[in-house]
Amino acid sequence: LPARRTMSVGAPKGLASSGQKPITEITHPLSAADEPLSPGVTLCPQDAGLTNGTPVETSSPASVSSLFNRLQLDDELDGDTSSETKDLFVTVDDPKKHVSTMETYITYRVSTKTTRIEFDLPEYSVRRRYQDFDWLRIKLDDSQPTHLVPPLPEKFVMKGVVDRFSEEFVETRMKALDKFLKRVADHPVLSFNPHFNAFLTAKDLNKRQGLALLTKVGESVKYVASGYKLRARPAEYTAMVEYLDTFSGKLGTMDRIAQRILKEQSEYLTELREYGSVYSSWAALEEELQRPLEGVAGSVSTCCRAMEDLSENMSQDFLPVLREYVLYIESMKNVLRKRDQCQAEYEGRLEAAILRRQEDRTPVPAEVEKCQDKVECFNADLKADWERWQRNKRQDFKQLLTGMADKNISYYEKCQSAWESLITVLQDKQTEDKTSETN
Amino acid sequence: MADDGRDESLATDEEDSEPSCEEGASLSTAMVDDGSTLIRRLEICVAEAEKRTGKNAVNMGENYTVYLIETRPMDAVNDGRNPAPDSLWRRYSEFELLRNYLLVTYPCVIVPPLPEKRAEFVWHKLSADNMDPDFVERRRVGLENFLLRVASHPVLSNDKILHHFLTEEHGWKEAVYDTGFQAKADSRLRALSATFRVRNPDKRFVEMKHYSDELQSHTSQLLRARARVADRLYGVYKVHGNYGRVFSEWSAIEREMGDGLQSAGHHMDAFAASIDDILEEEEHYADQLKEYLSYAEALRAVCRKHELTQFELEVCTQDLVTKRQQREELATGMVRTFSLKGVTNKLFGAEAPEQREARLKLLEELICEGQDGVKDKTLECQEQVERGLVDMQRFKEQKDKDLKEALISYALMQVSMCKKGIQVWSNAKECFLKM
Repeated sequence: LPARRTMSVGAPKGLASSGQKPITEITHPLSAADEPLSPGVTLCPQDAGLTNGTPVETSSPASVSSLFNRLQLDDELDGDTSSETKDLFVTVDDPKKHVSTMETYITYRVSTKTTRIEFDLPEYSVRRRYQDFDWLRIKLDDSQPTHLVPPLPEKFVMKGVVDRFSEEFVETRMKALDKFLKRVADHPVLSFNPHFNAFLTAKDLNKRQGLALLTKVGESVKYVASGYKLRARPAEYTAMVEYLDTFSGKLGTMDRIAQRILKEQSEYLTELREYGSVYSSWAALEEELQRPLEGVAGSVSTCCRAMEDLSENMSQDFLPVLREYVLYIESMKNVLRKRDQCQAEYEGRLEAAILRRQEDRTPVPAEVEKCQDKVECFNADLKADWERWQRNKRQDFKQLLTGMADKNISYYEKCQSAWESLITVLQDKQTEDKTSETN
Repeated sequence: MADDGRDESLATDEEDSEPSCEEGASLSTAMVDDGSTLIRRLEICVAEAEKRTGKNAVNMGENYTVYLIETRPMDAVNDGRNPAPDSLWRRYSEFELLRNYLLVTYPCVIVPPLPEKRAEFVWHKLSADNMDPDFVERRRVGLENFLLRVASHPVLSNDKILHHFLTEEHGWKEAVYDTGFQAKADSRLRALSATFRVRNPDKRFVEMKHYSDELQSHTSQLLRARARVADRLYGVYKVHGNYGRVFSEWSAIEREMGDGLQSAGHHMDAFAASIDDILEEEEHYADQLKEYLSYAEALRAVCRKHELTQFELEVCTQDLVTKRQQREELATGMVRTFSLKGVTNKLFGAEAPEQREARLKLLEELICEGQDGVKDKTLECQEQVERGLVDMQRFKEQKDKDLKEALISYALMQVSMCKKGIQVWSNAKECFLKM
């Protein structure tokens, strides 16, 4: 077997579709002229739920300070893109509803700030809808098969079960899309991908030709039917797969626990409200006791509101992140599968070539060596991505869990304050009564 | 339990240590009354509970609990002499007997209630078993409370049977039965449930009866709602325990995150476990509500007693009026009202003059008796009204004070629960930050 050539990690090499290229050398996916709004997109003045859409914006940059304010950078993020050397910042916000005769959909504002020369301007602001994000993900997956592309939130939601236009759903989805873009922007290879560039900068993405070919499953077509069987997967990759399976299982369990907690909290809330109202109706019956009883009813009511906030946070912020990580794990497993395929193809070709050489001394063809290169490239990319993914995972979960703890602490603080102020009022009144008695 | 007039606020009573006679209930200082009530002369407490086995009335083996009543003369305590207490054992049924006796003997008094016979308004995880140690402990507290309240009541505290109950173990049952209260007990029960219409009840008693119904309704509603809330809260806390397990399992596959996750998991377990004590503590609040639920019944009974007496008075009075009318008819020969005598007279002729004289004489006697009866009954009724009003006023003040303190102590319990919650989650957060 030919000796393995060592490759340096980090700088992408060789593969036709990866690597940095100046933006001027890449054909822009859209035609040169500005495309007007497609006919049929009318914008209604009033809508329940969200304020309606304004015309798709030209690249007016978002204000610098607001962009920085909205960034949720974690200063402790280690690795290739520490906050000091970051030169590309992306944010998703400002959801708007668009109503046309054909369909209703939501667009989000995607704001970019960068010092990279691959971009013509330092700032961009475009509007994109979910379809556009999906297009980007598929393009990235295709063009960077050796890299882990972050997941998108679920594409299809059951109509009638989930309200696609409710504030909560849109808010949750928007946060996930923001996370997706940030992860791409932080990736040393993916962030230089021309499709990503186009996504951030083009006024209107013409993507219809891309989408029709691919299903939601989105497996890259290149490696699905290579037909080679992997002989021996190196132990480290097996360990990765096992880790991912177990981790995925734990996340699923946590999801179920969180849902159960939500259910219990909801039932608790129902009973608590009823409980508070009994104090109120009793208060109406009493004289001296009226104020204390009303006071208790008031404190109970405050606790109800605090519990509502806690539950809302759990379902809006906690659960979606858990679920997104399950998708992320699936993405990683896909990359591992592709790596296996790549290795299998190489081993298969090599074996065939060696046999032929033994037969008629035909030298091993160059393609086989190229395959070997591919494998080694893939392994290097994957290792780097794995490390990055592990680091991000640690950061993300640290943030998620401390957030959960904070929300619970905040809930108890609100309740405590409600009861303490009641005690103060009641005890003050007691001393008041006593002094008036002795006088 | 010295009567220094200081109102021990329950706010200072954060640590619920083993109750001793000195601590007693802060209730006791609040119950000191003017007048020489028993509690000023005698320090009383129900110190312990013990399980016994014995044979019951049908000679079957049974398990039951007895409670130790300890008493010491107050002047000795105040002098700081600290003598050993006198003590005797009584079981719940004896307390019941005492209370029934008091109910019958003092119908104008709102007799303090006993702790519940069976556990009611139970949220599902809590034991409904009478032998459960937590239940026994709360019952002990309730029995002590009962004795303290009775001993500080201006009327009840002077009762000899009460004194006997507290100080002499033997012969008490016989003494109670000797009072003959049982005969009155049955008629009292019948009167409580009878329906009769009173024409002129005292408005204040009508109002009070209405209030007692409302109080009963609201406290029982509250107790039910509270039990349901407790049930749900239990569920919320316990489910968090699952986090403990999954964090532990997850930590096994992690390198840097492992320790933080593992420790956080322990805190989640602690969180889930903390609810048991929290809810057990809350049962004391429920007991205070239950006391007033029972008090509402006692209040109602007093109002009913008034109604009954008033009704009897009205019956007496009406009877007197009727008899006077009959006399008038007999004397003047004029028949005003329809009567069988009148009809038979018309049909068969009037009776002989001697017969008439005899009847008139009888009537006069009856009228005399009736007049005395009405006078007595009126007096009785007035006395009852006076006594009843005094006790109702006393009850009202006591109720307002007790319930307000109960609400404050409930609020304190909630604060304590919140502090525990903050503590646990802060600990967990520390662990997460170390991940």
